This record gives sequence, structure tokens and C-alpha cells, in this order.
Amino acid sequence: MLRDITIGQYYPTGSVIHRMDPRVKLFGTLVFLISVFAYKGIVGLAVVTLFLAAVIRISKVPFRYMVKGLRAIMVLMLITALFNLFLTPGEPLFQIWKLKITKEGIAAAVRMAIRLTYLILGTSLMTLTTTPNQLTDGLEKALRPLNKIHVPVHEIAMMMSIALRFIPILIEETDKIMKAQTARGANFDEGNIIQKAKSLVPLLVPLFISAFRRANDLAMAMEARCYCGGDGRTKMKPLRYQGLDYKAYAALILYLALLFVLRVVV
Amino acid sequence: MKLDKVNYIYGQGSAYEMYALKDINLEIQDGQFIGVIGHTGSGKSTLIQHMNGLLRATTGTIYYNGEDIYAEGYSMRKLRSKVGLVFQYPEHQLFETTILADVCFGPMNQGLDKNAAELRAFEALRSVGLSEKLYEQSPFDLSGGQKRRVAIAGVLAMKPEVLILDEPTAGLDPKGRDEILDQLAKLHRENHITIILVSHSMEDVAKYVERIIVMNQGSVMYDDSPKNVFRYYKELETVGLAAPQVTYLMHELREKGFPVSIEATTVEEAKQEILKVMRMHD
Repeated sequence: MLRDITIGQYYPTGSVIHRMDPRVKLFGTLVFLISVFAYKGIVGLAVVTLFLAAVIRISKVPFRYMVKGLRAIMVLMLITALFNLFLTPGEPLFQIWKLKITKEGIAAAVRMAIRLTYLILGTSLMTLTTTPNQLTDGLEKALRPLNKIHVPVHEIAMMMSIALRFIPILIEETDKIMKAQTARGANFDEGNIIQKAKSLVPLLVPLFISAFRRANDLAMAMEARCYCGGDGRTKMKPLRYQGLDYKAYAALILYLALLFVLRVVV
Repeated sequence: MKLDKVNYIYGQGSAYEMYALKDINLEIQDGQFIGVIGHTGSGKSTLIQHMNGLLRATTGTIYYNGEDIYAEGYSMRKLRSKVGLVFQYPEHQLFETTILADVCFGPMNQGLDKNAAELRAFEALRSVGLSEKLYEQSPFDLSGGQKRRVAIAGVLAMKPEVLILDEPTAGLDPKGRDEILDQLAKLHRENHITIILVSHSMEDVAKYVERIIVMNQGSVMYDDSPKNVFRYYKELETVGLAAPQVTYLMHELREKGFPVSIEATTVEEAKQEILKVMRMHD
């Protein structure tokens, strides 16, 4: 049940996109996010769609697998679409009870749905092609300048990678404790909402205790290996740009420029 | 309890499809003390989780007291109160503020009122040999061995007819290990409950159980009395297990020409056997 979450999962295919420097992909995602909100008109939309389709194709991640991740935000998308549909003022097309549907409303709802879908597809493409470790490595290096204004970049990156690493462990632990309490007659799916919340206590208390225990062990193990923060720390695989990465940067900038040109011209 | 052609497949239909249990046929009589042994990943934990309905067999059926547990309307909760399962490191499931309250969790879930549950809890805590002074303390202040006893008491308080324990001695020192196993043997003797002990320590198993089920790659490899199973000590080694050390000793003595019986499986039996032979020599 808990294992079905696909958002944020890594899907190894060994494609060009997978081999890129994580900083390029972070920048690319940022560029894509900007483009999704900055495009104008049907031509702009076509360019964005084409770009997304091309990148998905190159990444070799099956499209059907990516769509699975969309299911999780279905509710959010429906609510947004409904709000846009009914609450946008403009030329009324028809009316059901007190709810007016306007021409502008339909346009806004469709636009919003497309934007949200592209947002999710674009960002999940990054997590699908980048391992969590690469991602935090990339973030750490990309945000290094913030160190000057006393932002603890290394510490934040370290916390992120530890948190990510512990998700599967905690899921497994939850599964185990749930089974152990079920064997003692606990019931997690029956009763009203208060009973359900109460039935979580025998699950959450042991889970917290085990999380603290693991945190303690990990801290001890890190100290035993002389970990003392980011200053002067070297990497086993330092990030270095390759020729491929420069080409990708060029492509991204070209893409962004094209969109702005279209915005002005069309 | 009867398991009839039980198969369990992990991740069916996906690329990771794997048989965790293959065609398991077992019959477990009331009042037996059984050891289940097997290498890591041999399917022992999967097997015992089927016995109280936590996992559902992909194919095959399980009967408890003659009733099909997968039949419609069969109450899994009732099965779980009859077949108690103590997981590995059970102390990780403790959550209440006092030991007594934690042990009461199981009986309360069975629908008993507070007094009846506490009565059961007292009885269970006494039978695992925990001092009465501790009952009102927080379970988190206890030592590892004591915590484990509280957790075992938590399952015992539900008065199961069958008690299954997954490696109850893992991570305990030799003294704590012997104490827990002795108490289990006592429970078996005095209350006549069926006990299934999962372990990979042959010594533990040989000393206490009357029947051994050896699991290997999801199927039952041997199912017999300890004496008969340890006769295959060479085959056991090929699947990453070993017979008790006295078995090796007896075999070696035999090879050197001493007429000892190779059937001894515990240190005590081996001692008697060697003394017997020595007296014969005198």
C-alpha cells in the first residue's frame, strides 16, 4: 500500500539525460517551470509541448510510468479546474443554478489543467532521471554561493539526503510494526475518524522511538568517521561539467529565448 | 493446523516475481513444540505470517481446527487471538506508558474489560518471570532482555492456543537466551500450548523441540525429529546450516573407533553417551 507512491522515484535507463550533471537538470527544470508560466498563445504551447515530449523521449522513461504519478494530484487538478470554471468573471455561456460558466472560465480551467500537468511531468522527469544523492550533490554545489551570506548549504544538503535515504527504511519499519500490532489484535481500518486516530498511537509511538534510535546510531557512526560538517570536505565523485552539459545549457537557453521571442512576436 | 499446498508469490505479475513459499504441506498437532530453521531468506518468516493470516497465500489453503481460514466470514481477528505471533525484536512494538498497560493492549483488543485484561496481564507477566515491582514502570526503562519478555507477555496475555516466536533470542546474551527458552519450555509443559520456534541456532532448537522443520528456498527440506534431521548434517551444511556441535563431536568419535551413538543432539545426551562408552572401556 505504502509502496505504490511513484512521485520522486528514480527510474534508471542510462539515457543521455540520466548522465547529465544534476546542476544542468536543476537549471533545466527551472527553465521549464518558467516557460510553462510564460508561454503565450497556441504557438507557445506547441513549443512547450514539443520540448517536453522531446525530453521525455530522450530520457527513455516510459510515458505510462510518468502518467502514474499524475494520479496522485488528480484531486488537486479537479478542484483547481472547477474553481476556474465557475469563478472566472466574463461572458456567461450558460448557468446552472447559481453557478455561471463563462467562456473565460473554460479557457482558464483548461490552461490551468495543462500547466499543472506539465509542472508535474517536468519536475517528476527530473527526479526520475536523477538519484536523490546526485540531486542533493547538485543542489549543494549550485547553491554554494549562498554560503557567503551564512546559509548552511552543506548542512541542508546533508539533511536532505539523510531524510531521503530514510524514507524507505521508515516505510519498512511502519509495515513491520503494523503487522506486529495487528497480531496483537489492533485494527487500523475500522471505526470512525476518532477511533482511527486513536488506533494510530500503537503505530506512531514505536515508529518515533525507532526513528530516534536510528538517528542516534547514525550520528554516532558519522562522528566515529570524523564527520564535522562541510568545510574542507572533498567528494569521492566531484561534479564536473562535460561537453554534453554545455550543449544542454545551450539548448535550454535557446529554448527560453525562442519562447520570449514568440511572446513578443505573436 | 494444516497447511495444504500453500504457495506465496511476491510481486505477482511484475518483473520481480518470486516464489517465497513453494508448495508447503504441513500438519501441526496440538501441544507440539516445533522448531523452524532455515537460512536467511528461506521463507521461515513468510511461512509463520501465513499461520495467523497476516499474509494471504497466493494459492492453497490453511485450515485451523478444521476450518478454512480463507472461507468467507471467517474472522481473522479470532484466528489472531488463537494463534499468537511474536515478531523479531518484539520490544520495538512497545508503546504504552506502563508495562501493565502495554501487556493489556492485546486482551483489550479481544474485547475484555479492564479488570479481566489486567488479570490476564498479571498472569502473562508472571509466566515470563518479570518481577512484580516493575509492572507500573515505563517499558522503555527496562533492559533489552526484560523488554523482550514484556513483549512476549503482550502476546501471551491473549491466551493463544498456538504461540509462534520469530527468533525470540536474537541479540540477547547467553543468560537472557536460556531464560527465555526455559520459560517457553515451561509454558509448553504446564499450559500445553503449541509452540513454534523460529531460529537459526541449532543448539537452541535441539535442546527444546520435539520436531524440526527445515526450510530451504521456500520449501520444506526436512520435517522430522531432531535426531533424524541432524543425521543429514552434511546436507544441512550445503544450505548454509549446521547441526549442533555435539553432533560433529559424536560423528568424529565414531570415526576414531569409539562405539558412541551418533544420535545425541544435546550436550547432556552426549555426556551420558561418552560416559557409557568410557565405563565399557574400564
